[in-house]
Amino acid sequence: MALKEQDIKDIAHLARLGVDDSALAPLAADLSTVLSLVEQMNSVNTEGVEPMAHPGNAVLRLREDTVSEPNQREKLQQAAPATEDGYFLVPRVIE
Amino acid sequence: MAWETVIGLEIHAQLSTKTKIFSGASTAFGAEPNTQACAVDLGLPGVLPVVNAEVVRLAVRFALATNSSITERSQFARKNYFYPDLPKGYQISQMALPIVGPGEMTIFDGEDRQKTIRITRAHLEEDAGKSVHDLFSDQTGIDLNRAGTPLLEIVSEPDLNSAVEAVAYAKKMHALVRYIDICDGNMQEGSFRCDANVSIREKGSDVLGTRSEIKNLNSFRFLERAIDFEVERQIDVLEGGGEVVQETRLYDADRDETRSMRSKEEAFDYRYFPDPDLPPLLVEQSFIEQVRANMPELPTVRTQRFVTDYELSEADAVTLTSERPTADYFEATLAAQHITPRLAATWVMGEVFSRLNNDGLSLEQSPVNAEALAGLLIRIQDNTISGKIAKSVLDTMWESGEPADKIIAAKGLQQITDTGAIEAMIDEVIANNPEQLAEYRAGKDKLISYFIGAVMKASKGKANPGELNKLLKPKLDG
Repeated sequence: MALKEQDIKDIAHLARLGVDDSALAPLAADLSTVLSLVEQMNSVNTEGVEPMAHPGNAVLRLREDTVSEPNQREKLQQAAPATEDGYFLVPRVIE
Repeated sequence: MAWETVIGLEIHAQLSTKTKIFSGASTAFGAEPNTQACAVDLGLPGVLPVVNAEVVRLAVRFALATNSSITERSQFARKNYFYPDLPKGYQISQMALPIVGPGEMTIFDGEDRQKTIRITRAHLEEDAGKSVHDLFSDQTGIDLNRAGTPLLEIVSEPDLNSAVEAVAYAKKMHALVRYIDICDGNMQEGSFRCDANVSIREKGSDVLGTRSEIKNLNSFRFLERAIDFEVERQIDVLEGGGEVVQETRLYDADRDETRSMRSKEEAFDYRYFPDPDLPPLLVEQSFIEQVRANMPELPTVRTQRFVTDYELSEADAVTLTSERPTADYFEATLAAQHITPRLAATWVMGEVFSRLNNDGLSLEQSPVNAEALAGLLIRIQDNTISGKIAKSVLDTMWESGEPADKIIAAKGLQQITDTGAIEAMIDEVIANNPEQLAEYRAGKDKLISYFIGAVMKASKGKANPGELNKLLKPKLDG
């Protein structure tokens, strides 16, 4: 599958990445190569093979429902660019 | 043209746990902003999610209560989108392999007929944080206390054909999740929210029309009104020669209308993929059996028990068990003072319910609790007061919160059962009404009720009716 420049723009928008127009063509070529590898894998006959979401046989370990995390707001908000009255502040979001 | 409405509901039930689905931060409601948001909830680099076992238990409990299948190996997936109250840039949810598979729920439709609604699936996911738009000028405040709160999203098949059915289903689901104690059902706090997928088609057609999704319906009234509005809107569009657009719409309660939020063309592409941080969630048979062993009594089982054990009618048993707090209140009343079930049922469904309705209260907010009600009913049962007096005592209890016995004593409301005292009152009434007595003796039997009324009035309603009836007739007959 060959990606077009518009596909790259759409993907970049979904990932909120700024991509220069001059980079669109090379990226389209590179990503198309990746996809052709996937296509190659798609051609393998996997009939009777159970699809797996995860490699290996690991399963989830669960924890009990007890509070283990105390309030560390002050510490955790140190890295935030802007806070006020305990809130993180971000540029105004309009629905 | 005759149209048929087709509705599917997505219900988000917040699971009642002490901690988040993937972290050990508290889920208590109403805390100061960001005091219950730990490094995992904030999506800081290097953290890993660890699943809360209680979340899995509650989901399995739901599956058992709705005859749903349980996926032995379910999988968490990342749903990718950007929003300030979603710090990781993705929500951990379940897509291809949800923990709960197909099940069903029976409701009563508008004509009181039973109807089975298929449940497509129910999956686990984390809630997002809260954006506050009106607290800061030109900036939005973010509170991540709610981020990571466990949700069970319950998805129905499009088996609902009217707003009335949709509300019946949502209410039954609301009662169920509270019954089995997996969700507190508090709609104001957002613990139970509905999205409705609504479409219409020509009656008799088996092709689904294009649907719109109405989001954020946080009351049953809004659910009903939003669907009614949306159905009318779609009929207008189609009958005007237009086409319904697949889109997300918001219900505006103030204007009682739905309006477009975003259409399919600009819809998010969530790019789901299995979360590499979370291997499959294994639910073994032994785990399921443990959950089953600790299962609360289901509504249908409790209804039958009420019919058998308390000899209540099917209709009364259904009313009393439709909500768990009602059934609990009723049984607590019985337990407190050995009240006869019939008497307790009549008073709970009649006097208590009507007062709650008048005051717009839920049973949990009732000023008269089960023990206090039992304290009143026992005085009817032991003939201290009549049912009529008891109603006025309940009014006073409702206002003052005082126990029945105190009110009865303070107002001197005890029934007069003393034969001598009642006889004296009868004699006086007869003496004061010679004309009526003569008419009665001349054959006007019906006048007996005149005398009963007069004695009751003289006793301020406190004469024991049984005693009065027994004593009055011989005296009238002379």
